[in-house]
Amino acid sequence: MSTVAIARPLWRRLIGFNLLTATALGVGGFFLGWFIGDHIQGSSISYYSDSAGQNDLALLLGYGLGIAGFLIGLGFANYPLSRMLGRPASLVEKDDQSLQRYFGLCTDHKVIGMQYLVGIGVFFFIGGLNAMLIRTELLQPSPNVFPPDQYLTLVGMHGTMMMGMMTSGILGPFANYLVPLMIGSRRMAFPRIEALTFWLLMAAGVVLTTTIFFGGFQTGWTGYDPLSDQGQIGMDSYLLFFALVGISMMLLGLNLLATIITMRAPGLTWSRLPIFCWSVVATTLLMVLAAPVLIATLLMAAMDRTAQTAFFIQSAGGSSYLFENLFWVFGHPEVYVLALPGFGIVLELLPVFVRKPLWGYRVGIAGMLGVTLMSFFVWQHHIFFSGINADLRPFYMLSTEIISIPTGFIFLCAMGTIWRGRMRFSVPMLFCLAWVFNFLIGGVSGVFLSDVPSDVTTHGSFFSMAHFHYTIMGGLIFSFFAAIYYWVPKMTGLRFNERLAKIHFWMMFIFFNLTFMPLFVLGFLGMPRRAVTYAAHLQALNDWVSTCAFVLGISMLVFLTNTVWSLILRREAAEANPWRSKSLEWQLPTPVPVYNFERIPVVTEDPYGYGMPSIPVAAGAAPASGTA
Amino acid sequence: MDQHNHLRRVGLLWLLASAVATPLVIVLVGPIVPPGSGSVEASGQVTDNTVLLGMVTPVIVGIMVYFTYAMIVFRAAGDAVLEGPAVRGHRGAQFWWIVLTSATVLFLAAFGSWRLLQDGSGGGQGPSPIAVPAGKPLEVQVIAQQWQFTYRYPAYGGVETAHLELPDNQLVELHVTSLDVTHSFWAYQLGVKADANPGVDNVVYVTPTRLQSFDIRCSELCGLFHGYMFDTGEVVTPSAFDSWIAKQRVLFAPATRVLPPYATTYSPDPQRRAG
Repeated sequence: MSTVAIARPLWRRLIGFNLLTATALGVGGFFLGWFIGDHIQGSSISYYSDSAGQNDLALLLGYGLGIAGFLIGLGFANYPLSRMLGRPASLVEKDDQSLQRYFGLCTDHKVIGMQYLVGIGVFFFIGGLNAMLIRTELLQPSPNVFPPDQYLTLVGMHGTMMMGMMTSGILGPFANYLVPLMIGSRRMAFPRIEALTFWLLMAAGVVLTTTIFFGGFQTGWTGYDPLSDQGQIGMDSYLLFFALVGISMMLLGLNLLATIITMRAPGLTWSRLPIFCWSVVATTLLMVLAAPVLIATLLMAAMDRTAQTAFFIQSAGGSSYLFENLFWVFGHPEVYVLALPGFGIVLELLPVFVRKPLWGYRVGIAGMLGVTLMSFFVWQHHIFFSGINADLRPFYMLSTEIISIPTGFIFLCAMGTIWRGRMRFSVPMLFCLAWVFNFLIGGVSGVFLSDVPSDVTTHGSFFSMAHFHYTIMGGLIFSFFAAIYYWVPKMTGLRFNERLAKIHFWMMFIFFNLTFMPLFVLGFLGMPRRAVTYAAHLQALNDWVSTCAFVLGISMLVFLTNTVWSLILRREAAEANPWRSKSLEWQLPTPVPVYNFERIPVVTEDPYGYGMPSIPVAAGAAPASGTA
Repeated sequence: MDQHNHLRRVGLLWLLASAVATPLVIVLVGPIVPPGSGSVEASGQVTDNTVLLGMVTPVIVGIMVYFTYAMIVFRAAGDAVLEGPAVRGHRGAQFWWIVLTSATVLFLAAFGSWRLLQDGSGGGQGPSPIAVPAGKPLEVQVIAQQWQFTYRYPAYGGVETAHLELPDNQLVELHVTSLDVTHSFWAYQLGVKADANPGVDNVVYVTPTRLQSFDIRCSELCGLFHGYMFDTGEVVTPSAFDSWIAKQRVLFAPATRVLPPYATTYSPDPQRRAG
């Protein structure tokens, strides 16, 4: 390539395979799809014309072509097309070093990791904002802020946004960024697929957000049929969103799994693999096996709405149980997709901050794989009172309770690791310790839900809502922030303001518990989930919860302030290895070179060699900048 | 201090704290756990909840004592980064952890199953229940639709009422079904919860033991006015029930004549989307 910079006219620079073109093609594709759908379905539903715009096919085709246009605009068709034309394979996108690569198709796993972090962060804030609006409504026992339909859309948006976008909350940013560094690889197994997972997820997020233009949806994140069959076309946004998330999740899992299986550096045996990578293996197994069920289920639901099939319509010969079963066959592994990466992060970080090797490494792996296996055998505890398979409830009670044995292994490893260590309370460590507390409460409250007699009260109440917020927000989100404070200094080369970070932690931890602990009580007192009204005597407790939730929301603004202040305004350089970690990713220079390692390292031991005279973790882990 | 002294201390602290906390929780929280003594099933659930509280208290206390102790005693002072001992595991600790957690879990599952199989514990059991309490039940059908519950009494000419009244100290066999989407019938004080599915007869048993009104709520998201789908039921004396149901039969006689005959499920015409 010529080194002479040729000034191109502005219009030529704007048009190309970039986000701007992609957006234009996406919007164009949407209207084309809408137009086609209107012509296919329009005439056959003439009696429906007074409710204009209720054409499911038009909306789904619009979304479909819109996403296709968006991906083509980003350049996803270039490689397959050029290969079909016989051009040589290349990874040329990766060599671009400008800031622009963050705004388009890039196959560098480190760029994709950063894209994920920011992209998911945006949707996490939208989802969080929905929660604030929900709590605003619940300040009063009867609706006074939002009409019931808008309230349900808020509930559904919050749940679906969090359950959908955050499935990749840790694997998207951190596994994509760190796994190749931790296993001594120059790239991922399928770099273009990796980029595709990110842009599909962003497209999905936009699809879900646009539901507000089409009447919203009133089914919550579970989308039960036949209720979903009644919904306005905003329901189609939900169906397509979750299907896209499923595709993205499946591909992300496949890519990470293939990377860890095939691209480990010499000497990095399975028994030397960092525990975080093991949690990625466990999570990706769930993603690869559970997500296809979701995609198929949502396709069936979409066909019920567009093509007059009756998979889930009882009155036309289908079964509403079929949807519930299929959804939870995916849905229960899904919650462990959210929980497992947190296990990995906590066990990965604890040894660094107590200066001891990870205690019970194999027990930890057994715990993660045990959870992975068991999570496929518990789904009917979500439908204990549905009337299906009532005789099997003792089995599902047993399998659900058994899953706490491998989860207990994780606690055992954490307890063994901190024992007689030299504990330092840095911010990531604080988040890990908070995880232990939150997940403990989340776990023991699960005992009440798994016990059928006790579940009669707690099922579908605020108790179960508090339970899964303790495991997902208390587990996933706390470990997510532990990972941010721990690894972002590596990813950006900049360090966070520690005082603001500590304020963020304490606000978040205290007000998380003050918000969600009373919800157990509200559930016990008979408050059902997703209801816009509640009994008048529960108002004091609800007002308390709402107030604390707002402070919890403000703690996120503290984090945002810290991010803007530290990473954009102050830009203080972080130390090369501030936590004195022995893991491979910290041995690389910052910023990490495009191809990570100049020479692939030879690994001679696991990264937990603390507590003894320091032995280099890998021979020949020479950074690409060439200091060795 | 060597490892054994630390462990002994934590163990002792745990025993002490559990010995104080567990009875306190059982005595103070036990009597107020839901759903109260409104029915045989509700009282059973209170027992279950109390046993579970008693089981989880020492677990929570144990982990909390352990981590608090570690955070205080094993914190690193000063800026120097000191290394801890290079211990990578302990076979005995791992073995006993697995044994103890497995025993706890198996006990919980066995206890829950045993309790469940007594009388169904107030949960929906589907069309062919296996946990059937002894006695001759009064059949009452709960019909859910968007967004209300109605009730049919097949033993009283299949009259459909807008209000639920149940006689005290009488085994009731509720048949829960739906006409449209999935709902859930939750009678909080009676300790009853059963999903209402279209085309499904979901049976649940309950024996009210206290004269009171009880709250009924839909606990499965069922669309726009899900939040408004609540009702108040009444447990009354058998004689009050007899006079109430006689009045209802007269009151609703014109409606009863045009109702479909009593059945365990109803199949309204399919409501389909146009496209």
